[in-house]
Amino acid sequence: MGRIQLKSVTKSFGDVQVIPPLDLTIEDGEFTVFVGPSGCGKSTLLRLIAGLEDITSGSIDIDGSDATDVPPAKRGLAMVFQSYALYPHMTVRKNIAFPLRMAKLDQAEIDKRVEGAASVLNLTDYLDRRPGQLSGGQRQRVAIGRAIVREPAAFLFDEPLSNLDAALRVGMRLEISELHERLATTMIYVTHDQVEAMTMADKIVVLQAGVIEQVGSPLELYRTPRNLFVAGFIGSPKMNFIEGPEAAKHGAQTIGIRPEHITVSETEGEWSGVVSVSEHLGSDTFFHVHETGLAETITVRADGEVGFRHGDRIHMTPRADVIHRFDAKGLRIE
Amino acid sequence: MATQHSRSVARLMMAPAVVLLLGWMLVPLTMTLYFSFKKYLPLRGGDLGWVGFDNYVRFVSSSSFWPAVQATLVIVGGVLVITVVLGILLAMLLDQPMWGQGVVRILVIAPFFVMPTVSALVWKNMFMDPVNGLLAHLWRFFGAEPISWLSEASMTSIIMIVSWQWLPFATLILLTAIQSLDSEQLEAAEMDGAPVLKRFYHIVLPHLSRAITIVILIQTIFLLSIFAEIFVTTGGAFGTRTLTYLIFQRVLESQNVGLGSAGGVYAIILANIVAIFLMRIVGKNLDA
Repeated sequence: MGRIQLKSVTKSFGDVQVIPPLDLTIEDGEFTVFVGPSGCGKSTLLRLIAGLEDITSGSIDIDGSDATDVPPAKRGLAMVFQSYALYPHMTVRKNIAFPLRMAKLDQAEIDKRVEGAASVLNLTDYLDRRPGQLSGGQRQRVAIGRAIVREPAAFLFDEPLSNLDAALRVGMRLEISELHERLATTMIYVTHDQVEAMTMADKIVVLQAGVIEQVGSPLELYRTPRNLFVAGFIGSPKMNFIEGPEAAKHGAQTIGIRPEHITVSETEGEWSGVVSVSEHLGSDTFFHVHETGLAETITVRADGEVGFRHGDRIHMTPRADVIHRFDAKGLRIE
Repeated sequence: MATQHSRSVARLMMAPAVVLLLGWMLVPLTMTLYFSFKKYLPLRGGDLGWVGFDNYVRFVSSSSFWPAVQATLVIVGGVLVITVVLGILLAMLLDQPMWGQGVVRILVIAPFFVMPTVSALVWKNMFMDPVNGLLAHLWRFFGAEPISWLSEASMTSIIMIVSWQWLPFATLILLTAIQSLDSEQLEAAEMDGAPVLKRFYHIVLPHLSRAITIVILIQTIFLLSIFAEIFVTTGGAFGTRTLTYLIFQRVLESQNVGLGSAGGVYAIILANIVAIFLMRIVGKNLDA
């Protein structure tokens, strides 16, 4: 059971308030992702929940009981660190067994749980190696193994995939998602990568400068971003923002249209511009279009077979039903 | 980079240093070996011819040999224990963020820059003097009878003096080692439920193990040859005659160069055994 509730939590380092009063509830069994640009306070927030940093004011409830002053070890949470933080002088077996040894479990139980975790994570052949002899992905799995043997109320992941190469990252992303399906334990995952957030989360918390910009499911955030920041942060490539007369036509200060919601044509369309760069990914093609008179660059996603080149003049038509409108304060207009 | 050409140039450039170091080492070594096989008494007839392994046998079978070995081991062991234990504690203390960190660190290193002779004299006259020493004043302040340190607690005194000199070295090496410890490891251990002492035992101490080994080996090499501290304070009396000091006495006080040289060869062998271990560990450290 792991329902975590933050009540007007704040955090200051000296005179600098990095987290203004913040309320958030994470339901039991939910996979919650904190996402935001670097320095937005997402790691700090995770460390506050873990108890590695003291909160300046407010309270944290875990499973309905106040955990504000409970030391990290007693909160029943397990954390996977960005650097994995494996103990280099211990074998994989000892690394995974460490929290159990600290909890003074008897050896038979420790062995059973370590073997169990190792088989879940495909580490059985590596139990007697040291972390230094493992690859990045294997180290990552050891770190996860050390977290799951404790059978915690919730897992905390601090950018766990940022040290892995791209291919491995996709694989580990899947493994963590599968682990969540299997264990059905609350997980809080911090990342700056919106793709990780979109693919893994039940609930995404978008943070900027310590403030929660929006909380919602991945598709909610994609479909109805509450403000310009969330609109620009969620989705890849980024949403196009257009100001001026074109926006005024829709009765807004700024309008946003996602690259995938614009259709391109050689002959006719609402807008036109000159292709500056075209990125061919095979499945898709991204065009960066200049000289549109709307914004400096408009990004358009088209089918992989569309073959415009640098310097071609093309015409674009936005899908009217998915134009996002924002007012002068950057807030969404429904 | 390392072409045939640049390698030969590098060899040429290094040659003077290598030749100089080799000569510096080989000449005294050869002379020591040469004298160790001779009966050579400068004031009592000079060179009296070859005697084979006579000096080696006599040096070991002398009644002062085993007490000297024991004194050496006690001093080396005592200083090692004190410097490593206090060094770890000091290093952890200095690792904490605090006001005036830079100045404090320089102050901690300071004793290392004081010459052994000077520090021994300072300790002897300023601290340990039974009449005017600071420690004597302290003892009297509490109504106790001052200890005449160098005669009553000679071994303890010398260990104290030498530890004071070597503590900065140990602290410095251990401090750099502690600073290289990944703080996430400690946090992970904290989350894993390890209280402070267990974190120290399971995480910090293993991380320091290599640095501790290096401190122990380097210090051992230098501590085996401490001389000034003994010469200035007790002059080898009150059971503080170490192997090094015994060699000195054989050569200069008994004017028996052959016997002293034989002792010197024993000391060389002993130091080299330690050095081999040191080279291996340091070498492994550099490879990793």
